[in-house]
Amino acid sequence: MTPDMASLVESDRVAGSLYTDPALFEQEMDRIFHRTWVWVAHESEIAKAGDFKTAWVGRRPVIVTRDRRGGINVLLNRCRHRGASVCETPKGNGNGFTCPYHAWSYALDGTLRGIPYPEGYEDVVEKKDLPLLKLRAGTYAGMIFASFDPDIEPLEDFLGGARLWIDRFMKQGAGYPIKVQGEHRFRFNGNWKIQLENTTDWYHFPIVHRSWMSSVDAETASMLSIMTDETAVTHALGNGHSVSISVAEHADLDVDDGTEKLQDRFGHIAEELSKDMPPEKVRRIVRSLHGAGFNLNLFPNVAMSMAFFRVLRPLSVGETEIRHVALGLDGGPEIVNRERLRIHEHFQGPFGFGSPDDAEAWNRVQRGVAGGAEMPILVNRGLGREKPNDLGQATSHATDETGMREAYAMWKRMMTDAE
Amino acid sequence: MPSEALSDAAVEAGLPFDDPQALSAVSLIWREAHLLDARRYEEWDALWAEGGEYVVPIDRDATDFASHLNLVYDDDRMRRMRIERLTGGLSISAAAAARTVRSVSRFVVTDREADAIEICSAQILVAYKREETFVLAADVTHRIEFGADGPRISRKIVRLVNSEDSVTASGFLL
Repeated sequence: MTPDMASLVESDRVAGSLYTDPALFEQEMDRIFHRTWVWVAHESEIAKAGDFKTAWVGRRPVIVTRDRRGGINVLLNRCRHRGASVCETPKGNGNGFTCPYHAWSYALDGTLRGIPYPEGYEDVVEKKDLPLLKLRAGTYAGMIFASFDPDIEPLEDFLGGARLWIDRFMKQGAGYPIKVQGEHRFRFNGNWKIQLENTTDWYHFPIVHRSWMSSVDAETASMLSIMTDETAVTHALGNGHSVSISVAEHADLDVDDGTEKLQDRFGHIAEELSKDMPPEKVRRIVRSLHGAGFNLNLFPNVAMSMAFFRVLRPLSVGETEIRHVALGLDGGPEIVNRERLRIHEHFQGPFGFGSPDDAEAWNRVQRGVAGGAEMPILVNRGLGREKPNDLGQATSHATDETGMREAYAMWKRMMTDAE
Repeated sequence: MPSEALSDAAVEAGLPFDDPQALSAVSLIWREAHLLDARRYEEWDALWAEGGEYVVPIDRDATDFASHLNLVYDDDRMRRMRIERLTGGLSISAAAAARTVRSVSRFVVTDREADAIEICSAQILVAYKREETFVLAADVTHRIEFGADGPRISRKIVRLVNSEDSVTASGFLL
Protein backbone atom coordinates (compact mmCIF):
# COMPACT_ATOMS: atom_id res chain seq x y z
CA MET A 1 0.00 0.00 0.00
CA THR A 2 1.35 3.42 -0.88
CA PRO A 3 1.40 5.70 2.13
CA ASP A 4 -0.17 9.13 1.75
CA MET A 5 3.10 11.04 1.44
CA ALA A 6 1.66 14.48 2.05
CA SER A 7 0.28 13.53 5.45
CA LEU A 8 3.61 12.09 6.65
CA VAL A 9 5.37 15.46 6.74
CA GLU A 10 3.83 18.55 8.27
CA SER A 11 5.52 21.88 8.82
CA ASP A 12 6.44 21.11 12.42
CA ARG A 13 6.58 17.30 12.57
CA VAL A 14 7.19 14.13 10.57
CA ALA A 15 5.79 10.64 11.02
CA GLY A 16 7.96 8.14 12.87
CA SER A 17 7.43 5.76 9.96
CA LEU A 18 9.85 7.90 7.95
CA TYR A 19 12.60 6.10 9.85
CA THR A 20 11.08 2.62 9.88
CA ASP A 21 8.92 1.88 6.84
CA PRO A 22 10.82 -0.26 4.29
CA ALA A 23 8.34 0.66 1.53
CA LEU A 24 9.03 4.35 2.10
CA PHE A 25 12.76 3.63 1.94
CA GLU A 26 12.38 1.97 -1.47
CA GLN A 27 10.43 4.97 -2.71
CA GLU A 28 13.09 7.33 -1.36
CA MET A 29 15.67 5.51 -3.45
CA ASP A 30 13.57 5.88 -6.59
CA ARG A 31 12.16 9.32 -6.05
CA ILE A 32 15.03 11.08 -4.30
CA PHE A 33 18.38 9.32 -4.71
CA HIS A 34 17.83 8.24 -8.31
CA ARG A 35 16.37 11.59 -9.40
CA THR A 36 18.36 14.33 -7.77
CA TRP A 37 22.02 15.36 -7.67
CA VAL A 38 23.97 13.08 -5.31
CA TRP A 39 27.51 13.92 -4.21
CA VAL A 40 30.06 11.29 -5.28
CA ALA A 41 33.58 12.78 -5.00
CA HIS A 42 35.82 15.78 -4.64
CA GLU A 43 37.96 16.64 -7.66
CA SER A 44 41.19 16.21 -5.65
CA GLU A 45 40.35 12.51 -5.32
CA ILE A 46 40.62 12.05 -9.09
CA ALA A 47 43.15 14.73 -9.89
CA LYS A 48 45.11 12.94 -12.65
CA ALA A 49 44.09 11.23 -15.88
CA GLY A 50 43.34 7.58 -15.09
CA ASP A 51 42.40 8.27 -11.45
CA PHE A 52 39.21 6.65 -10.23
CA LYS A 53 37.26 6.01 -7.04
CA THR A 54 34.17 4.01 -6.26
CA ALA A 55 31.07 5.57 -4.69
CA TRP A 56 27.34 5.06 -4.41
CA VAL A 57 24.25 6.84 -5.63
CA GLY A 58 21.62 5.57 -3.25
CA ARG A 59 22.38 1.85 -3.14
CA ARG A 60 23.75 1.74 -6.68
CA PRO A 61 27.53 1.33 -7.01
CA VAL A 62 29.29 3.80 -9.31
CA ILE A 63 32.84 4.59 -10.41
CA VAL A 64 34.02 8.18 -10.69
CA THR A 65 36.83 8.54 -13.23
CA ARG A 66 39.13 11.12 -14.80
CA ASP A 67 39.58 10.16 -18.44
CA ARG A 68 42.55 10.87 -20.72
CA ARG A 69 41.03 14.14 -21.90
CA GLY A 70 40.57 15.33 -18.31
CA GLY A 71 36.83 14.70 -18.35
CA ILE A 72 34.95 13.48 -15.29
CA ASN A 73 32.77 10.41 -15.74
CA VAL A 74 30.38 8.76 -13.31
CA LEU A 75 29.70 5.19 -14.45
CA LEU A 76 27.45 2.48 -13.10
CA ASN A 77 29.75 -0.21 -11.69
CA ARG A 78 27.96 -3.02 -13.50
CA CYS A 79 29.07 -4.97 -16.52
CA ARG A 80 26.63 -4.73 -19.43
CA HIS A 81 26.96 -8.49 -20.05
CA ARG A 82 25.90 -10.39 -16.94
CA GLY A 83 25.97 -7.65 -14.33
CA ALA A 84 29.19 -8.19 -12.36
CA SER A 85 30.86 -5.20 -10.80
CA VAL A 86 33.84 -4.18 -12.92
CA CYS A 87 35.78 -2.38 -10.17
CA GLU A 88 36.24 -3.38 -6.54
CA THR A 89 39.26 -1.19 -5.87
CA PRO A 90 38.10 1.79 -3.76
CA LYS A 91 40.55 4.16 -5.45
CA GLY A 92 43.40 3.93 -7.89
CA ASN A 93 44.76 4.79 -11.30
CA GLY A 94 44.42 2.73 -14.46
CA ASN A 95 43.48 2.56 -18.11
CA GLY A 96 39.99 1.26 -17.61
CA PHE A 97 38.04 -1.62 -16.12
CA THR A 98 37.86 -5.27 -17.07
CA CYS A 99 35.03 -7.45 -15.87
CA PRO A 100 36.46 -10.47 -14.00
CA TYR A 101 33.77 -12.81 -15.31
CA HIS A 102 34.19 -12.82 -19.13
CA ALA A 103 36.77 -10.03 -19.48
CA TRP A 104 34.62 -7.45 -21.19
CA SER A 105 36.79 -4.35 -20.95
CA TYR A 106 35.73 -0.73 -20.66
CA ALA A 107 37.60 2.57 -21.08
CA LEU A 108 37.72 5.28 -18.41
CA ASP A 109 34.76 6.99 -20.07
CA GLY A 110 32.76 3.77 -20.01
CA THR A 111 33.18 2.86 -23.70
CA LEU A 112 33.13 -0.91 -24.27
CA ARG A 113 36.56 -1.59 -25.78
CA GLY A 114 36.86 -5.31 -25.97
CA ILE A 115 34.86 -8.55 -25.91
CA PRO A 116 36.85 -11.82 -25.90
CA TYR A 117 35.99 -14.41 -28.57
CA PRO A 118 33.75 -11.93 -30.40
CA GLU A 119 32.65 -14.37 -33.10
CA GLY A 120 29.82 -15.50 -30.85
CA TYR A 121 28.42 -11.99 -31.00
CA GLU A 122 28.54 -11.53 -34.77
CA ASP A 123 25.26 -9.95 -35.88
CA VAL A 124 24.20 -9.94 -32.21
CA VAL A 125 26.08 -7.19 -30.37
CA GLU A 126 27.61 -3.88 -31.43
CA LYS A 127 30.15 -2.70 -28.87
CA LYS A 128 29.04 0.91 -29.25
CA ASP A 129 25.60 -0.05 -27.92
CA LEU A 130 26.88 -1.39 -24.61
CA PRO A 131 29.02 1.14 -22.72
CA LEU A 132 28.91 1.23 -18.93
CA LEU A 133 25.81 3.20 -18.05
CA LYS A 134 26.87 6.80 -17.65
CA LEU A 135 25.24 9.11 -15.15
CA ARG A 136 24.87 12.82 -15.66
CA ALA A 137 27.81 14.44 -13.84
CA GLY A 138 28.23 18.00 -12.63
CA THR A 139 30.81 19.88 -10.59
CA TYR A 140 30.72 23.00 -8.52
CA ALA A 141 33.79 24.35 -6.71
CA GLY A 142 35.44 20.94 -6.90
CA MET A 143 32.39 19.06 -5.58
CA ILE A 144 31.34 16.31 -8.02
CA PHE A 145 27.68 15.30 -8.13
CA ALA A 146 25.91 12.74 -10.27
CA SER A 147 22.35 11.96 -11.26
CA PHE A 148 20.55 9.08 -12.92
CA ASP A 149 18.13 11.61 -14.41
CA PRO A 150 19.51 12.81 -17.76
CA ASP A 151 17.02 15.69 -17.80
CA ILE A 152 17.76 16.94 -14.29
CA GLU A 153 17.97 20.69 -13.69
CA PRO A 154 21.47 22.20 -13.91
CA LEU A 155 23.57 21.54 -10.81
CA GLU A 156 24.02 25.25 -10.17
CA ASP A 157 20.26 25.73 -10.05
CA PHE A 158 19.84 22.79 -7.69
CA LEU A 159 22.50 24.17 -5.34
CA GLY A 160 20.93 27.63 -5.59
CA GLY A 161 21.37 29.53 -2.33
CA ALA A 162 23.92 26.99 -1.11
CA ARG A 163 26.53 28.09 -3.68
CA LEU A 164 27.55 31.15 -1.65
CA TRP A 165 28.24 28.88 1.31
CA ILE A 166 30.15 26.31 -0.76
CA ASP A 167 32.35 29.17 -1.99
CA ARG A 168 32.84 30.36 1.57
CA PHE A 169 33.60 26.83 2.80
CA MET A 170 36.45 26.52 0.29
CA LYS A 171 38.06 29.68 1.69
CA GLN A 172 39.50 27.59 4.52
CA GLY A 173 42.17 26.69 1.98
CA ALA A 174 43.57 30.15 2.76
CA GLY A 175 44.80 30.58 -0.79
CA TYR A 176 45.45 26.88 -1.45
CA PRO A 177 42.96 24.55 -3.14
CA ILE A 178 41.19 22.10 -0.81
CA LYS A 179 42.23 18.44 -1.03
CA VAL A 180 40.95 15.23 0.51
CA GLN A 181 43.38 13.83 3.11
CA GLY A 182 41.58 10.60 4.03
CA GLU A 183 38.32 9.49 5.58
CA HIS A 184 36.78 7.77 8.57
CA ARG A 185 33.98 5.36 7.83
CA PHE A 186 31.45 3.84 10.22
CA ARG A 187 27.87 2.64 10.26
CA PHE A 188 24.97 3.16 12.61
CA ASN A 189 21.75 1.25 13.04
CA GLY A 190 19.38 3.97 12.02
CA ASN A 191 17.67 5.67 9.12
CA TRP A 192 19.70 8.02 6.90
CA LYS A 193 17.51 11.02 7.70
CA ILE A 194 18.59 10.88 11.35
CA GLN A 195 22.06 11.86 10.10
CA LEU A 196 20.66 14.29 7.53
CA GLU A 197 18.97 16.17 10.40
CA ASN A 198 22.06 16.15 12.58
CA THR A 199 24.29 18.39 10.47
CA THR A 200 22.35 21.53 11.35
CA ASP A 201 21.40 20.35 14.85
CA TRP A 202 23.56 22.48 17.15
CA TYR A 203 21.01 21.79 19.92
CA HIS A 204 22.54 18.36 20.55
CA PHE A 205 26.12 19.58 20.52
CA PRO A 206 26.68 20.66 24.14
CA ILE A 207 24.71 17.62 25.33
CA VAL A 208 26.02 14.74 23.23
CA HIS A 209 29.54 16.16 22.91
CA ARG A 210 30.23 17.01 26.56
CA SER A 211 33.11 14.55 26.60
CA TRP A 212 34.73 16.15 23.53
CA MET A 213 34.11 19.66 24.86
CA SER A 214 35.79 18.76 28.14
CA SER A 215 38.83 17.39 26.28
CA VAL A 216 39.61 20.47 24.19
CA ASP A 217 41.24 23.71 25.25
CA ALA A 218 39.06 26.46 26.73
CA GLU A 219 39.34 28.63 23.61
CA THR A 220 38.00 25.92 21.32
CA ALA A 221 35.20 25.06 23.76
CA SER A 222 34.31 28.74 24.03
CA MET A 223 34.33 29.10 20.22
CA LEU A 224 31.52 26.52 20.13
CA SER A 225 29.41 27.94 22.98
CA ILE A 226 26.46 28.16 20.68
CA MET A 227 23.52 27.99 23.06
CA THR A 228 24.03 31.55 24.25
CA ASP A 229 25.46 33.01 21.03
CA GLU A 230 22.92 35.18 19.22
CA THR A 231 25.07 35.31 16.08
CA ALA A 232 24.71 31.53 15.71
CA VAL A 233 21.86 31.17 13.22
CA THR A 234 20.49 28.73 10.68
CA HIS A 235 19.27 29.75 7.23
CA ALA A 236 17.02 27.61 5.03
CA LEU A 237 18.62 27.82 1.57
CA GLY A 238 15.94 26.14 -0.55
CA ASN A 239 15.86 22.71 -2.29
CA GLY A 240 16.36 21.04 1.11
CA HIS A 241 19.70 22.74 1.78
CA SER A 242 20.49 24.73 4.90
CA VAL A 243 23.41 26.32 6.68
CA SER A 244 23.94 26.53 10.40
CA ILE A 245 26.49 29.09 11.54
CA SER A 246 28.37 28.23 14.70
CA VAL A 247 31.30 30.67 14.58
CA ALA A 248 30.00 33.84 12.91
CA GLU A 249 33.43 35.49 12.76
CA HIS A 250 34.58 32.54 10.59
CA ALA A 251 31.54 32.50 8.29
CA ASP A 252 33.62 34.31 5.67
CA LEU A 253 37.27 33.70 6.42
CA ASP A 254 38.35 36.52 4.09
CA VAL A 255 36.74 38.99 6.49
CA ASP A 256 39.00 39.80 9.43
CA ASP A 257 38.77 42.95 11.48
CA GLY A 258 42.01 42.04 13.24
CA THR A 259 40.49 41.81 16.73
CA GLU A 260 40.40 38.02 16.93
CA LYS A 261 43.20 36.51 18.98
CA LEU A 262 44.75 33.40 17.40
CA GLN A 263 44.26 30.32 19.56
CA ASP A 264 47.16 29.48 21.88
CA ARG A 265 46.94 25.82 20.84
CA PHE A 266 48.18 26.81 17.37
CA GLY A 267 51.10 28.91 18.66
CA HIS A 268 53.74 26.42 17.53
CA ILE A 269 52.23 26.37 14.03
CA ALA A 270 52.17 30.16 13.74
CA GLU A 271 55.77 30.22 14.87
CA GLU A 272 56.84 27.65 12.30
CA LEU A 273 54.94 29.31 9.44
CA SER A 274 56.33 32.72 10.37
CA LYS A 275 59.80 31.57 9.41
CA ASP A 276 59.01 32.01 5.73
CA MET A 277 55.59 33.60 5.45
CA PRO A 278 54.38 37.15 5.99
CA PRO A 279 52.30 37.65 9.17
CA GLU A 280 49.01 38.24 7.33
CA LYS A 281 49.32 34.92 5.49
CA VAL A 282 50.17 33.10 8.72
CA ARG A 283 47.13 34.65 10.38
CA ARG A 284 44.89 33.73 7.45
CA ILE A 285 46.00 30.07 7.61
CA VAL A 286 45.84 29.73 11.39
CA ARG A 287 42.38 31.35 11.59
CA SER A 288 41.21 28.68 9.13
CA LEU A 289 42.53 25.64 11.02
CA HIS A 290 39.12 24.75 12.47
CA GLY A 291 37.60 25.17 9.02
CA ALA A 292 34.69 27.40 8.12
CA GLY A 293 32.44 28.64 10.93
CA PHE A 294 29.38 26.74 9.76
CA ASN A 295 27.81 23.44 8.76
CA LEU A 296 26.30 23.42 5.28
CA ASN A 297 23.82 20.61 4.69
CA LEU A 298 23.25 19.70 1.03
CA PHE A 299 20.19 17.54 0.42
CA PRO A 300 20.27 14.58 0.30
CA ASN A 301 23.70 13.10 1.03
CA VAL A 302 26.57 15.48 1.75
CA ALA A 303 27.44 18.11 4.30
CA MET A 304 30.32 20.54 4.35
CA SER A 305 30.81 20.70 8.04
CA MET A 306 33.40 23.13 9.44
CA ALA A 307 36.62 21.35 8.35
CA PHE A 308 35.34 18.14 6.73
CA PHE A 309 32.76 16.59 4.41
CA ARG A 310 30.14 14.30 5.88
CA VAL A 311 28.79 11.82 3.35
CA LEU A 312 25.86 9.54 4.08
CA ARG A 313 25.00 6.34 2.27
CA PRO A 314 21.64 4.74 2.97
CA LEU A 315 22.03 0.95 3.26
CA SER A 316 18.53 -0.01 4.33
CA VAL A 317 15.67 1.63 6.16
CA GLY A 318 17.48 1.03 9.45
CA GLU A 319 21.16 1.16 8.53
CA THR A 320 23.35 3.99 7.26
CA GLU A 321 27.03 4.37 6.48
CA ILE A 322 28.77 7.63 7.28
CA ARG A 323 32.07 8.87 5.89
CA HIS A 324 33.85 11.81 7.45
CA VAL A 325 36.27 13.11 4.84
CA ALA A 326 39.32 14.97 6.19
CA LEU A 327 40.43 17.99 4.19
CA GLY A 328 43.76 19.74 3.78
CA LEU A 329 45.52 22.44 1.81
CA ASP A 330 46.73 21.16 -1.56
CA GLY A 331 50.36 22.25 -1.74
CA GLY A 332 50.03 23.89 1.67
CA PRO A 333 52.41 23.63 4.62
CA GLU A 334 52.82 20.08 5.95
CA ILE A 335 52.54 21.25 9.57
CA VAL A 336 49.10 22.68 8.79
CA ASN A 337 47.83 19.55 7.06
CA ARG A 338 49.06 17.38 9.92
CA GLU A 339 47.35 19.57 12.47
CA ARG A 340 44.13 19.30 10.49
CA LEU A 341 44.48 15.49 10.52
CA ARG A 342 44.91 15.55 14.32
CA ILE A 343 41.87 17.81 14.78
CA HIS A 344 39.85 15.42 12.59
CA GLU A 345 41.02 12.33 14.50
CA HIS A 346 40.17 13.99 17.81
CA PHE A 347 36.45 14.22 16.98
CA GLN A 348 35.67 11.90 14.08
CA GLY A 349 35.61 8.21 13.37
CA PRO A 350 34.80 5.10 15.39
CA PHE A 351 37.46 5.97 17.98
CA GLY A 352 37.00 9.75 17.92
CA PHE A 353 35.83 11.75 20.90
CA GLY A 354 32.68 12.90 19.08
CA SER A 355 31.35 10.49 16.43
CA PRO A 356 30.77 7.49 18.73
CA ASP A 357 28.51 9.60 20.92
CA ASP A 358 26.58 10.81 17.87
CA ALA A 359 26.21 7.20 16.70
CA GLU A 360 24.94 6.15 20.13
CA ALA A 361 22.28 8.90 20.06
CA TRP A 362 21.21 7.98 16.51
CA ASN A 363 21.02 4.26 17.36
CA ARG A 364 18.81 5.19 20.28
CA VAL A 365 16.50 7.18 17.99
CA GLN A 366 16.00 4.15 15.75
CA ARG A 367 15.38 1.84 18.74
CA GLY A 368 12.98 4.27 20.36
CA VAL A 369 10.99 5.13 17.27
CA ALA A 370 10.13 1.45 16.90
CA GLY A 371 7.92 2.09 19.90
CA GLY A 372 5.39 4.03 17.84
CA ALA A 373 5.66 4.62 14.11
CA GLU A 374 2.43 6.63 14.29
CA MET A 375 3.88 9.04 16.87
CA PRO A 376 5.42 12.15 15.33
CA ILE A 377 9.04 13.21 15.35
CA LEU A 378 9.07 16.87 16.37
CA VAL A 379 11.03 19.36 14.28
CA ASN A 380 9.32 22.45 15.69
CA ARG A 381 12.10 24.02 17.76
CA GLY A 382 12.34 27.75 17.07
CA LEU A 383 9.17 28.01 14.97
CA GLY A 384 8.10 30.93 17.15
CA ARG A 385 11.26 32.90 16.44
CA GLU A 386 11.88 31.93 12.82
CA LYS A 387 11.91 34.94 10.46
CA PRO A 388 13.06 35.57 6.89
CA ASN A 389 16.50 37.20 6.49
CA ASP A 390 17.13 39.88 3.89
CA LEU A 391 17.35 37.16 1.21
CA GLY A 392 13.95 35.86 2.28
CA GLN A 393 15.49 32.68 3.73
CA ALA A 394 13.78 31.31 6.85
CA THR A 395 16.23 32.04 9.65
CA SER A 396 16.35 31.12 13.30
CA HIS A 397 18.86 30.28 16.01
CA ALA A 398 21.49 27.61 15.18
CA THR A 399 20.00 25.37 17.86
CA ASP A 400 16.60 25.53 16.15
CA GLU A 401 15.23 23.02 13.67
CA THR A 402 14.94 25.30 10.64
CA GLY A 403 17.39 23.15 8.64
CA MET A 404 15.40 19.98 9.32
CA ARG A 405 12.15 21.65 8.29
CA GLU A 406 13.83 22.71 5.03
CA ALA A 407 15.08 19.16 4.37
CA TYR A 408 11.69 17.63 5.08
CA ALA A 409 9.91 20.18 2.86
CA MET A 410 12.19 19.02 0.01
CA TRP A 411 11.60 15.38 0.96
CA LYS A 412 7.87 15.96 0.73
CA ARG A 413 8.17 17.77 -2.59
CA MET A 414 10.26 15.01 -4.16
CA MET A 415 8.21 12.17 -2.73
CA THR A 416 4.87 13.66 -3.84
CA ASP A 417 5.97 15.18 -7.19
CA ALA A 418 6.40 11.67 -8.49
CA GLU A 419 2.90 10.56 -7.56
CA MET B 1 53.31 -4.82 10.79
CA PRO B 2 50.82 -6.67 8.59
CA SER B 3 51.38 -10.39 9.05
CA GLU B 4 52.14 -10.90 5.35
CA ALA B 5 55.08 -8.50 5.72
CA LEU B 6 56.88 -10.56 8.36
CA SER B 7 60.20 -12.06 7.28
CA ASP B 8 60.44 -15.83 6.84
CA ALA B 9 63.22 -15.97 9.42
CA ALA B 10 61.13 -14.15 12.02
CA VAL B 11 58.14 -16.39 11.38
CA GLU B 12 60.37 -19.47 11.59
CA ALA B 13 61.78 -18.37 14.95
CA GLY B 14 58.34 -17.28 16.20
CA LEU B 15 58.28 -16.96 19.96
CA PRO B 16 61.36 -18.54 21.55
CA PHE B 17 60.14 -20.24 24.73
CA ASP B 18 63.61 -20.18 26.25
CA ASP B 19 63.87 -16.39 26.00
CA PRO B 20 62.89 -14.71 29.29
CA GLN B 21 62.60 -11.27 27.67
CA ALA B 22 60.19 -12.51 25.00
CA LEU B 23 58.08 -14.37 27.55
CA SER B 24 58.01 -11.35 29.81
CA ALA B 25 56.79 -9.23 26.89
CA VAL B 26 54.06 -11.74 26.02
CA SER B 27 52.99 -11.82 29.62
CA LEU B 28 52.64 -8.04 29.55
CA ILE B 29 50.64 -8.19 26.29
CA TRP B 30 48.24 -10.74 27.82
CA ARG B 31 47.86 -8.64 30.94
CA GLU B 32 47.12 -5.64 28.74
CA ALA B 33 44.42 -7.59 26.88
CA HIS B 34 42.84 -8.51 30.20
CA LEU B 35 42.85 -4.91 31.48
CA LEU B 36 41.29 -3.61 28.25
CA ASP B 37 38.52 -6.22 28.30
CA ALA B 38 37.89 -5.37 31.96
CA ARG B 39 37.95 -1.65 31.06
CA ARG B 40 40.51 -1.04 33.83
CA TYR B 41 41.97 1.88 31.91
CA GLU B 42 43.94 3.55 34.71
CA GLU B 43 45.86 0.31 35.26
CA TRP B 44 46.28 -0.02 31.51
CA ASP B 45 47.83 3.47 31.41
CA ALA B 46 50.42 2.31 33.96
CA LEU B 47 51.66 -0.30 31.47
CA TRP B 48 52.94 2.46 29.18
CA ALA B 49 56.44 3.87 29.03
CA GLU B 50 56.71 7.67 29.04
CA GLY B 51 56.44 8.95 25.47
CA GLY B 52 54.51 5.89 24.31
CA GLU B 53 52.84 5.85 20.92
CA TYR B 54 49.43 4.18 20.42
CA VAL B 55 48.18 4.00 16.84
CA VAL B 56 45.24 2.42 15.02
CA PRO B 57 46.02 3.36 11.41
CA ILE B 58 43.60 3.35 8.49
CA ASP B 59 46.28 2.58 5.89
CA ARG B 60 47.66 -0.83 6.95
CA ASP B 61 50.92 -0.20 5.10
CA ALA B 62 51.54 3.25 6.59
CA THR B 63 54.61 3.76 8.74
CA ASP B 64 54.64 7.58 8.75
CA PHE B 65 51.48 7.84 10.84
CA ALA B 66 51.75 11.59 11.43
CA SER B 67 51.14 12.36 7.77
CA HIS B 68 48.19 9.96 7.46
CA LEU B 69 44.67 9.98 8.84
CA ASN B 70 44.40 7.35 11.59
CA LEU B 71 41.60 5.97 13.73
CA VAL B 72 43.74 6.49 16.83
CA TYR B 73 47.01 8.42 16.97
CA ASP B 74 47.84 8.98 20.62
CA ASP B 75 50.79 10.36 22.49
CA ASP B 76 50.75 10.32 26.30
CA ARG B 77 48.47 13.36 26.44
CA MET B 78 45.87 12.04 23.98
CA ARG B 79 45.91 8.58 25.56
CA ARG B 80 45.21 10.05 28.97
CA MET B 81 42.43 12.24 27.59
CA ARG B 82 41.00 9.11 25.94
CA ILE B 83 41.02 7.34 29.29
CA GLU B 84 39.35 10.34 30.91
CA ARG B 85 36.69 10.23 28.19
CA LEU B 86 36.03 6.51 28.74
CA THR B 87 35.90 6.80 32.53
CA GLY B 88 34.71 10.36 33.18
CA GLY B 89 30.98 9.77 32.82
CA LEU B 90 30.39 12.41 30.11
CA SER B 91 30.27 10.12 27.08
CA ILE B 92 27.03 8.31 26.23
CA SER B 93 28.84 5.77 24.04
CA ALA B 94 31.37 4.98 26.78
CA ALA B 95 28.50 4.55 29.25
CA ALA B 96 26.94 2.05 26.84
CA ALA B 97 30.23 0.39 25.91
CA ALA B 98 30.13 -3.01 24.25
CA ARG B 99 31.33 -5.95 26.34
CA THR B 100 34.48 -7.42 24.82
CA VAL B 101 36.51 -10.60 24.98
CA ARG B 102 39.81 -10.65 23.10
CA SER B 103 42.52 -13.16 22.48
CA VAL B 104 46.08 -12.32 21.44
CA SER B 105 48.30 -15.00 19.95
CA ARG B 106 50.47 -15.97 16.94
CA PHE B 107 53.42 -14.13 18.48
CA VAL B 108 56.47 -13.45 16.37
CA VAL B 109 59.53 -11.58 17.64
CA THR B 110 60.36 -9.12 14.87
CA ASP B 111 63.08 -6.93 16.35
CA ARG B 112 65.43 -6.70 19.30
CA GLU B 113 67.52 -4.02 20.91
CA ALA B 114 69.55 -4.22 24.11
CA ASP B 115 66.62 -3.12 26.27
CA ALA B 116 63.62 -3.56 24.00
CA ILE B 117 61.80 -6.13 21.93
CA GLU B 118 59.25 -5.86 19.12
CA ILE B 119 56.55 -8.52 18.92
CA CYS B 120 53.84 -8.95 16.27
CA SER B 121 50.68 -10.84 17.09
CA ALA B 122 47.14 -11.56 15.99
CA GLN B 123 44.25 -10.17 18.00
CA ILE B 124 40.69 -11.44 17.70
CA LEU B 125 38.14 -9.37 19.60
CA VAL B 126 34.50 -10.28 19.97
CA ALA B 127 32.22 -7.51 21.15
CA TYR B 128 28.62 -7.62 22.24
CA LYS B 129 26.14 -4.80 22.57
CA ARG B 130 22.33 -4.74 22.44
CA GLU B 131 21.46 -7.92 20.56
CA GLU B 132 24.51 -7.67 18.29
CA THR B 133 27.78 -9.57 18.45
CA PHE B 134 30.59 -8.56 16.15
CA VAL B 135 34.22 -9.42 15.51
CA LEU B 136 37.27 -7.22 14.98
CA ALA B 137 40.51 -8.84 13.88
CA ALA B 138 43.87 -7.12 13.80
CA ASP B 139 47.60 -7.54 13.34
CA VAL B 140 49.19 -5.94 16.39
CA THR B 141 52.77 -4.77 16.84
CA HIS B 142 54.06 -4.07 20.34
CA ARG B 143 57.40 -2.54 21.22
CA ILE B 144 58.18 -3.40 24.83
CA GLU B 145 60.95 -1.62 26.71
CA PHE B 146 62.73 -3.15 29.66
CA GLY B 147 63.68 -0.42 32.13
CA ALA B 148 64.23 -0.11 35.85
CA ASP B 149 60.46 -0.51 36.45
CA GLY B 150 60.23 -3.69 34.40
CA PRO B 151 58.64 -4.07 30.95
CA ARG B 152 56.57 -1.19 29.58
CA ILE B 153 54.78 -0.60 26.25
CA SER B 154 56.55 2.06 24.23
CA ARG B 155 54.66 1.52 21.00
CA LYS B 156 51.49 -0.27 19.99
CA ILE B 157 50.19 -0.37 16.42
CA VAL B 158 46.85 -2.08 15.77
CA ARG B 159 46.21 -2.81 12.09
CA LEU B 160 42.59 -3.87 11.70
CA VAL B 161 41.85 -6.18 8.79
CA ASN B 162 38.99 -3.85 7.79
CA SER B 163 40.57 -0.51 8.71
CA GLU B 164 39.85 0.97 5.28
CA ASP B 165 36.19 -0.07 5.38
CA SER B 166 33.47 0.73 7.92
CA VAL B 167 34.72 -0.02 11.41
CA THR B 168 32.24 -0.79 14.15
CA ALA B 169 33.45 0.14 17.58
CA SER B 170 31.60 1.25 20.62
CA GLY B 171 33.16 2.55 23.77
CA PHE B 172 36.13 0.20 23.98
CA LEU B 173 39.79 0.20 23.03
CA LEU B 174 41.82 -2.13 20.84
